[in-house]
Formats: sequence, C-alpha cells, structure tokens
Amino acid sequence: MKSFTNSRFPPLPRLFSFVLLMLLILSLSACGQRERGGQTITIAGSTSVQPFAEKLAEVYMKQCPGLLINVQGGGSSAGIMAVQQGAAQIGASSRELHGEEKKLHEAVIAWDGIAVIVHPSCPLDNISLATLRQIFAGGIKDWSALGLKPHGMHVITREEGSGTRTAFEELVMDKMEITPSALVQDSNGAVREIVAHDPHAIGYISCGLVDQQVKALAIDGVLPTGANIKKNLYKLTRRFLFVTAREPTGLAQEFCSFVLSPQGQVLLEKEGLIGVH
Amino acid sequence: MLTREKLIEKALLLLALSAIGSLALITIFIFLEGLPIILKTGLSHFIFGAHWAPTKGHFGILAMILSSLYVTLGALIFGVPLALGCAIVLAEFAPPSLTRILKPTIELLAGIPSVVYGFLGVILLVPLIRTYLGGPGLSLLAASLILGIMILPTVISISIDAMHAVPTLYREGSIALGATQWQTVRKLVLPAARSGIITAIILGMGRAIGETMAVIMVAGNALSIPTSILDSVRTLTANIALELGYASGAHREALFATGIVLFIIIMILNTAATLIAGRR
Repeated sequence: MKSFTNSRFPPLPRLFSFVLLMLLILSLSACGQRERGGQTITIAGSTSVQPFAEKLAEVYMKQCPGLLINVQGGGSSAGIMAVQQGAAQIGASSRELHGEEKKLHEAVIAWDGIAVIVHPSCPLDNISLATLRQIFAGGIKDWSALGLKPHGMHVITREEGSGTRTAFEELVMDKMEITPSALVQDSNGAVREIVAHDPHAIGYISCGLVDQQVKALAIDGVLPTGANIKKNLYKLTRRFLFVTAREPTGLAQEFCSFVLSPQGQVLLEKEGLIGVH
Repeated sequence: MLTREKLIEKALLLLALSAIGSLALITIFIFLEGLPIILKTGLSHFIFGAHWAPTKGHFGILAMILSSLYVTLGALIFGVPLALGCAIVLAEFAPPSLTRILKPTIELLAGIPSVVYGFLGVILLVPLIRTYLGGPGLSLLAASLILGIMILPTVISISIDAMHAVPTLYREGSIALGATQWQTVRKLVLPAARSGIITAIILGMGRAIGETMAVIMVAGNALSIPTSILDSVRTLTANIALELGYASGAHREALFATGIVLFIIIMILNTAATLIAGRR
C-alpha cells in the first residue's frame, strides 16, 4: 500500500500530450479508411462461410489495393435478407434458397461435408442415416443397439442457431428434434476435442476439420472424402453459396470470379473445403 | 481555493453517478429487450416450461433454472466446509506469520481467470470423472467441484474479516473461564461472527451462480433436467453465452429474458446479503 501512495503519477502535461497523440493516431487511421472506402464490397451471412470469406477477402484485398471488403456474420437468413434489401452486395449462405429467395442469383463457391465422428478406438465404421437420426433424436441411447459393447452413448451436438447444426438438422433429422440430453458445444473444435477423448462419444463437425484424433464414419457405406462429396455420393453435403440480387456486376462480379478462379479455389481447399471444379 | 474544491467535489459526484447510471442503463436495456418475449410466452410458461428450442418457438427455461440452482448448491457443498475450515485456521489457530503468507495466497485464487479453471477442469477433472464414475464426465459434479474451488477466496477472506471483528476481549474471557481454544471458537467466535459468515456464503453463491466460462467448459450444456450428479447440465449464464452469437429475433429476446431471470436471482441474493450484514 505504501508504495502505491508514494508512487508518482505522470505529470499532467505528459498525460495530456499522450492523450493528444492517441487522438491523432486514431484520426489518422480513420482518414486512411475513408480514403480507401471509395470501393467497398460488403459480404454478410453464414457464420460457417465467414472464416473462408474472410480468408478470400484478405488475399483479394492484397491484390487490389484501394478495395475494402467487409465480411459480416449474422447467419445465412440474415445475409440473404441483407442482399434482398440492398444492405450487402453479396450474401453468404450455407443453406439452400427457399421460396421467394430463389429469385436471387446464386453461385456455388464450395462444397462442405458434415462428418459424423467417433473415437478412433470405436469399432464402428459405418452407420445408416436412419440409425444416425435415431441416435440424435434420443431413440438409441446405448452402443449395444449397434452391436457393440453395452455402454451409454454420449451424443454431442452444436448450439441452437449454429449453421452446422442447422444443416445437420436439415440433412439428417427430417423435422425431428435433437434430444435435449445431448451435450452441447459451441464450436467444431470443442466437439472434436470431446470426441477425441471420450471413447463413447458421437458428434458431427465440418469435414475440413476432421483429423487423426477422431474417426469419421461412413454414412450408408459412403465415406466423407473429397471425391465422394464432389460426386454428391456422400449424403451429408451442403453447398456454400454466394447470393446476389441479380447477375453480379462490377466489383462483386470481379470478387466472385476471383473466388471461382483456380487461385481462390485452391485457397478454399487449403482451408478444408471441397472446390467446385 | 474554495471554488476549486467545489469543482473537484462536483466532478467526483459526477463520476460516482456515472457508475450508478451505467447500472441503470444495463437494467433498463435488459428489461426492454427481454420483457416482450416473457409477456408473449407467458411468465409461467417461460419459467416452468422445460422445452427450450428457441428457433422453433419453444421458450421454457425450467431446466436451466434448476441446473443453475443445483450447480450453485453443489459448489456450496464442496466449497463452504473447505472455506470455513480454512478461515477458522487462519483467523484463530495459525501463527500470524503464517497467516500473512497464506491469506494473500488464497486471495490470489480470485485473480486466476475463470477460463483457466475451466481448462484445468476439462483437462484434469473431466477425464477422472469419466473414467472412475462414468457418464460423459462433463457434468453437474465437475461444474460443482470447479465452482466450489472458485468461491473459496470470496468466502474465506470475508469469513476471516468477520472473525477478526469479534473483540479479543471475548476470547480472553472465554479462555479465562477455562474453555479450550476450540471450545472458544465453536461456542463464541463462530456464533458472534455468524452474520458475517452468512454474508460470505451468500456472496460466494452469487459468484457461483454468475460464473459462465468455466461452467460452459465443464458442464456439457445439455438441455434436459439432470437426474444424477453425473448428468450434463446447462446453467442460465451458459445458455446466454452459448447461443447469443447466432441468435436473432425472438431467440435473442429469449436470451435477454434469461438474463432478466438471472438478474432477479442475483438481486435477491445480494439484497439478502446486505440485510443479513446490516443486522449485526
């Protein structure tokens, strides 16, 4: 305590000049943004697409100095709505367009599979879509129902509202609800972490994030490999879309063609998605 | 000179008011955002409904209210005996030189970020529970144990202060009458410090019920009402933090409404603590 009362605060003039300096730096950086702001693209939508869109935008902005690309999250529906209302030039969607939305122009930028994962020591290699649905609906609670050693099954899902969960519900659950006794984790990484350490767990994550810590199951005999996803054989596949109000023009068009160019596609594949070519 | 003093006084008053003002703003904001959905769903449906599927229009948070209460109770069961034992030793039995080292060390526990507790829980505690007790490991038990440790510094340091506030004269009188030191502590110091110790426990409770990060990491966040201590649970705070990232519309409002419920619970706890402390 003593040292505290004795310690000398910086004298006022020095503090004042420090504040001034900070203000100066702030205003300078604000200027910089405004100068480049002449050319801006706003991308809004799916949080599943967001990290990939950010990566693409980062690389593209380096190639085109003076261009500013804003990437925002908010979810697929919010992104599509933003495009309809003109708030964003490009909407990112990790689900298909429905009804009225079909009037918009869509471009598939990549494919993403959802892998069902278990612990590497689990003897199971294949699972049918119907069994998977029963497991996540809470109908099957024990591994013995699949012919394995009897033990409680630990079902792991994502939080309500997550893009991966929404896609999983659409592709697997067929309007049934995921059981409330399922454990809920808030990221692909957390789900993988639990499955990697729990021999009795089953969960689902984006295919790009499967590594040797976990084992991806074949669904109805089809493994979630790049080739199978591309040929549309693997059932738990979703498309990542860029949605625009009409055929894209100008900056949006240039960015879209960059994403679909070999360079953009290689970038996406390096991040774990499956390219469209 | 006088005007300058007045000026400083006013400036300080303004700063003090800004703290209260931000509390008022937070309160108003939470209620404005959350009340509509409670009114729409109906208060009893919202609080006593056990079905939470916000994107499909079901907003019942009973499971989470119960989970929050169970986790807090569990934390008290593990934490309070430990904390009281520790406080009694440090306040009454340990030589002052030892207390001078131990007390700051315990208070250091309060400075460890909750995410570190959660991480340790996931890495050390959860596998132990999974291997030796069964279940997924991420459970009510894990959350209670972690929170039990997290409330230690709060309960210990306030209890020590309460026991120190008991006049030394009382103790000397008791010893002079032939009571042993333990009898003195049990029959005299603890009853005399009772209101302070209860305040300490209630503040610990507030800390436990409000903790978020560590709980998200070790509790598993399942939505069902737990039937055993090895079941996974989701607390009110975890619900807000988990889902806020993606929530929009009614879902978002429902999360704010969850915040209202939490707010009211914590208000009740704090008011109780103030009343008990004031009764001395």
